[in-house]
Amino acid sequence: MAQMTMIQAITDALKTEMKNDENVLVFGEDVGNNGGVFRATEGLQKEFGEDRVFDTPLAESGIGGLAIGLALQGYRPVPEIQFFGFVFEVMDSISGQMARMRYRSGGTLTSPVTIRSPFGGGVHTPEMHADSLEGLMASQPGLKVVIPSTPYDAKGLLISAIRDNDPVIFLEHMKLYRSFRQEVPEEEYTIPLGKADVKREGTDLSIITYGAMVQESMKAAEELEKDGHSVEVIDLRTVQPLDIEAIIASVEKTNRAIVVQEAQKQAGIAANVVAEINDRAILSLEAPVLRVTAPDSVFPFSQAEQVWLPNAKDIVETAKKVLTF
Amino acid sequence: MAAKKNQQFDPVETLQAIEEKFEMVQVLNEEGEIVNKEYDPNLSDEQLEELMKRMVYTRILDQRSISLNRQGRLGFYAPTAGQEASQLASHFALEKDDFILPGYRDVPQLIWHGWPLHQAFLFSRGHFKGNQMAEGLNILPPQIIIGAQFIQAAGVALGLQKRKKEAVAITYTGDGGSSQGDFYEGINFAGAFRAPAIFIVQNNQYAISTPRELQTSAKTIAQKAVSAGIPGVLVDGMDPLAVYAVTRDARERAVKGEGPTLIETMCYRYGPHTMAGDDPTRYRTSDIDSEWEKKDPLVRFRKYLEAKGLWNEEKENEVIEKAKEEIKAAIKEADGTPKQKVSDLLGIMYEEVPFNVQEQLDIYKAKESK
Repeated sequence: MAQMTMIQAITDALKTEMKNDENVLVFGEDVGNNGGVFRATEGLQKEFGEDRVFDTPLAESGIGGLAIGLALQGYRPVPEIQFFGFVFEVMDSISGQMARMRYRSGGTLTSPVTIRSPFGGGVHTPEMHADSLEGLMASQPGLKVVIPSTPYDAKGLLISAIRDNDPVIFLEHMKLYRSFRQEVPEEEYTIPLGKADVKREGTDLSIITYGAMVQESMKAAEELEKDGHSVEVIDLRTVQPLDIEAIIASVEKTNRAIVVQEAQKQAGIAANVVAEINDRAILSLEAPVLRVTAPDSVFPFSQAEQVWLPNAKDIVETAKKVLTF
Repeated sequence: MAAKKNQQFDPVETLQAIEEKFEMVQVLNEEGEIVNKEYDPNLSDEQLEELMKRMVYTRILDQRSISLNRQGRLGFYAPTAGQEASQLASHFALEKDDFILPGYRDVPQLIWHGWPLHQAFLFSRGHFKGNQMAEGLNILPPQIIIGAQFIQAAGVALGLQKRKKEAVAITYTGDGGSSQGDFYEGINFAGAFRAPAIFIVQNNQYAISTPRELQTSAKTIAQKAVSAGIPGVLVDGMDPLAVYAVTRDARERAVKGEGPTLIETMCYRYGPHTMAGDDPTRYRTSDIDSEWEKKDPLVRFRKYLEAKGLWNEEKENEVIEKAKEEIKAAIKEADGTPKQKVSDLLGIMYEEVPFNVQEQLDIYKAKESK
């Protein structure tokens, strides 16, 4: 096994599926010769040729439409949206078109498109690059939304996403791209979409989270452990659909939960998780389910990122409120 | 101080020179006379007769659809009368393997490409069975978002190119659609990839009520092709022979690997934008209507074919009767289609039904079985 960063694991997953299925096409802005601005597609054009890995004109809506059209010709497009903050330009193709292709055609046509895109704060991008917009995506029926938190998961989830016959939004947190390495098998493997991962078992409190907040939550759990609290951390990995069984099983065991997301508080994934717990396990609860999130402003200018983003300290604070309720 | 005039390049003059180049192509004039022999596509007698049959049939379909809508027996409907040459003569230049990405007014092309009439009626009624496409039928359901089909057409065309198929993607929008960002992105992507696409803008003069001159400062919509570096052509959209000829040429270039073409068909819709309450008298006068009615594609094509001895009242009546019978049968078939249930719709959201949808599916199935 090799030690890989998340970005290397993503490149490896793309390579694996391009070898497995000649219908897989990779395209977007600067993904060809340049290998992508983060080098996620490094070496792919050289290995698989310009017919299968290619640069497009600079227009996100066009990239979305191109993906839909190529899918109608039996291809399995894996377009890159250079930064997810640019997704508003391609919203019709995603929400208006791909997400409804199966439905609009009475189940006869599909859009097996995997849109890969970097997102997330803490790396000092210019504004409108780093927003956590997974809540917006998750509110669209017809889409699946996947957010890996480790190199190992990134490879297995991306292979599953590409093989999925429905459109998948695959969000890659920029801070996680090169923050750590992990053993990643060189052979192919898949991680099913819609399945959470219990990162750490515990009996007093469940922290339900995803993306870069998994690391912060793990740090918080260690902190809380020192005070004698046994904390379970669940990495959702797929935020739409949720792994409802894993969430409820954990809450029924610990009777207390908090939900942690990097995104702002209003609407969004955490609110949805709280509502699901409320629907299904309210009688197991010893305390209200609280949320740790960013505040409800737009994503801040880079100088304010570090004070705006939620961190382990915020998580410990909220966890204590729930533990002592 | 006034800027010194650039002697080598005059942008205003250049624009004027380009705009003057976009003359409207016409083959058959309003009197049914060939005015451009060199560009006459020389269709065979059978082809001429077949195209006339389709136009007459479609005019009847339009009239019946409007009255069925008024009786509450059809739903969403965008009238087509006046656009028969633009729609059907362009379609007449296509092959079965060509892929159509229509706008919502482009139901006739889909029908002549093989979409069963009763399915078109089900689509109009808002029933999901209408859009279930048979294997090998190369069409999409009518697009509702103006312009979205243009970027998808670039993708279908690129796919056809990669598959090395001798086929094209053809897409339609209106004059309003040519203002959308997706219009520019679509023609530009297809141009950049030299993809085999045909982009048709049916300039019927009004986007609902907004007149063509408010859409753009461009003198023609066809000239917008220049910005993408692809050929553009302005054609008399009420002249079936000219529309056929320019589409055939665009198709030939596309399958030869010479890339996409933008075609502007100058035409008119006699009816309202849709049957959902649009009142054209708010934005057009009857004088304008009658000016355009003089250009009617059926009238001029009928004159032309009658002079050739290829058409007469008897033939026309035969087509009308056939259309009426088939429409009646298709309505009956649509009436016989079981009502759609919420569970039918929940079941086609994903290949594998996720938990949230499954729970709701179970609830609706239980409700529906009562």
